[in-house]
Amino acid sequence: MLLEIKNLHARIAGNEILKGINLKVNAGEVHAIMGPNGSGKSTLASVLAGREEFEVTQGEIIYNDKNLLELSPEDRAREGVFLAFQYPVEIPGVSNTNLLKTAVNEIRKYRGEQELDAMEFLTLLREKSKLVELDQKFLSRSVNEGFSGGEKKRNEIFQMAVLNPTLAVLDETDSGLDIDALRIVANGVNKLKRKDNATIVVTHYQRLLNYIVPDFVHVLYQGKIAKSGGKELALELEEKGYDWIKNGKAEVVNA
Amino acid sequence: MSTTETQKIEELTNKEYKFGFVTDIETDSLPKGLNEDTIRQLSAKKNEPEWMTERRLKAFRHWLTMEEPKWSNVTFPPVDYQDISYYSAPKNKPKYNSLDEVDPELLETYKKLGISLEEQKALAGVAVDAVFDSVSVATTFKEKLNELGIIFCSMSEAIREHPELIQKYLNSVVPITDNYYAALNSAVFSDGSFAYVPKGVRCPMELSTYFRINAANTGQFERTLIVADEGAYVSYLEGCTAPMRDENQLHAAVVELVAFDNATIKYSTVQNWYPGDKDGKGGIYNFVTKRGACRGVNSKISWTQVETGSAITWKYPSCILQGDNSIGEFYSVAVTNNMQQADTGTKMIHIGKNTRSTIVSKGISAGKSQNSYRGLVKITKKAENARNFSQCDSLLLGDKCGAHTFPYLEIKNSTAQVEHEATTSKIGEDQIFYLNQRGISTEDAISLIVNGYCKEVFKELPMEFAVEAQKLLSISLEGSVG
Repeated sequence: MLLEIKNLHARIAGNEILKGINLKVNAGEVHAIMGPNGSGKSTLASVLAGREEFEVTQGEIIYNDKNLLELSPEDRAREGVFLAFQYPVEIPGVSNTNLLKTAVNEIRKYRGEQELDAMEFLTLLREKSKLVELDQKFLSRSVNEGFSGGEKKRNEIFQMAVLNPTLAVLDETDSGLDIDALRIVANGVNKLKRKDNATIVVTHYQRLLNYIVPDFVHVLYQGKIAKSGGKELALELEEKGYDWIKNGKAEVVNA
Repeated sequence: MSTTETQKIEELTNKEYKFGFVTDIETDSLPKGLNEDTIRQLSAKKNEPEWMTERRLKAFRHWLTMEEPKWSNVTFPPVDYQDISYYSAPKNKPKYNSLDEVDPELLETYKKLGISLEEQKALAGVAVDAVFDSVSVATTFKEKLNELGIIFCSMSEAIREHPELIQKYLNSVVPITDNYYAALNSAVFSDGSFAYVPKGVRCPMELSTYFRINAANTGQFERTLIVADEGAYVSYLEGCTAPMRDENQLHAAVVELVAFDNATIKYSTVQNWYPGDKDGKGGIYNFVTKRGACRGVNSKISWTQVETGSAITWKYPSCILQGDNSIGEFYSVAVTNNMQQADTGTKMIHIGKNTRSTIVSKGISAGKSQNSYRGLVKITKKAENARNFSQCDSLLLGDKCGAHTFPYLEIKNSTAQVEHEATTSKIGEDQIFYLNQRGISTEDAISLIVNGYCKEVFKELPMEFAVEAQKLLSISLEGSVG
């Protein structure tokens, strides 16, 4: 098993957001986490990445036989956990290339691998930028500075392609994307899918799941997984709306 | 800032200054104290002509009538000018033809700083006039420069060998009466560099001097004069580090630049003097007067500075834009940490028609430091169509430091266009977390963010110096910003 979340409770500024999450993810699987606003989807993504504002009060996360919660955010990244941010930040004056070169080599150093030289690195960048149809000019531009919403999201998937994670968490990657950008982003994610990696797609809408087909769908409600199922659950949800979950609390699994 | 970041900042802040060491070389010093006799002795030790001795005395007498200025946004205990030795020279000081003849311990010192002369010699054409304490000990590439008629030598040598140029240009931009520290420097300046680039000559290499304060209790009073004649071009690099000291050391340098018709002078500084320990003990007082005169039409003077050191920095590299169409530029990165204080900026004085000036100032404050930008843009009555663009950005790391901006505008001509932009930002936790999530440590993340923030200034530095500047910034970030 790649990831196992057991009875995870987390809070921010004294408010409990996650109230006992249980989730198992195997290598080769795509999981979708859906749910209404405020249900805790983004909190779950942030806790997985190690954002410090969120305090884990109970439970554990086992990733690749390691206690994930004991690792610093950078070590989680070096162990292969990648978060595609809902709101990617701008870093003026730091080029995409510079960021990625530093990141790739830090990760390689951590794994005891040789650092890439300039040529090898540029070859890697060119190859991966095609995957998300990212114009070469973005490589030398400052990270996300002056990017449109869609460009920022595409840039996240580009970074993901370069860093080649084992566990990718996509936090509302579809928000703010037009249909063409959505297709490109989804294609990128699909092409990166392998037998030995897994993806968790956090989304509010079913739309993205037309392009990234999940093996499992989990509905998060009030900090717990209220319902789990196959890809058809997303369609059912689209049809009936989240009220269906809200009103049908008796069906709660994993409680 | 979150707790761990604050801790990280504190932890890194507590690292010791990397370049703190003292080279053990016998020095030949004057006893402490300042009076007319000291100045005569100093002048005599340097074999100066009578006219120079008289100039020094004139400056000294004027200095006695002046008072220490108090207007800056820095505080420090009063300096006891009688408790300073005004002359200190390494003993074995004859001029060397090659580096092999130089005291190996001196070379070792440079090596520790990562700026060894050999390395520099090997580097593509950097001529070095190294100032170790007060006397030049090594001058290279001189012959090559000689062929082009370029004079590049120590100030002491220039006074002896080129008195006509020195008499004409020394104090022609910064008069001896200009300010307290400039008057003091004019009286007691120890040594420094002189460069003259004749008409139509483009200096084929970067001219470079490394300053270093070494002997204890030696106030260092550097004097630099650069003259670019009509159509000439010269790029001058000044870089400094100093060994650790417990007592405050006063550094009051004067730099004068003169550019004639169609001439360009580019002056770049990387300054990393000992800033004092984390409680503010020790450290250099850096009270410098730097000024350039664009005397001719289409002349250009560009100042670029990266300031990471000194306990107190108080300086305003300025441009007097006299010639029509002349251009003044000021690009600055000033980093303060712990108890450091900096009050720095520029003055752009527009006198000629169609004169243009650009100011880009990036202040970075960490620890409990105070970082002030102070800049004057003055457009005089006759300066038709003058243009100025100023951008002053402040970056705060932590919540105990301060950033201040004091822009002054004096506009006497209605055709002027003056723009001023200012921003203050804190280094974002979001930015750090974003980079952490990509596998980059917090320390490296901050280094990346800060280097990105300074990019506009770094790109103005000559290539080899830009690398050095980034290195210095990283070192000072290691020990300062977290």
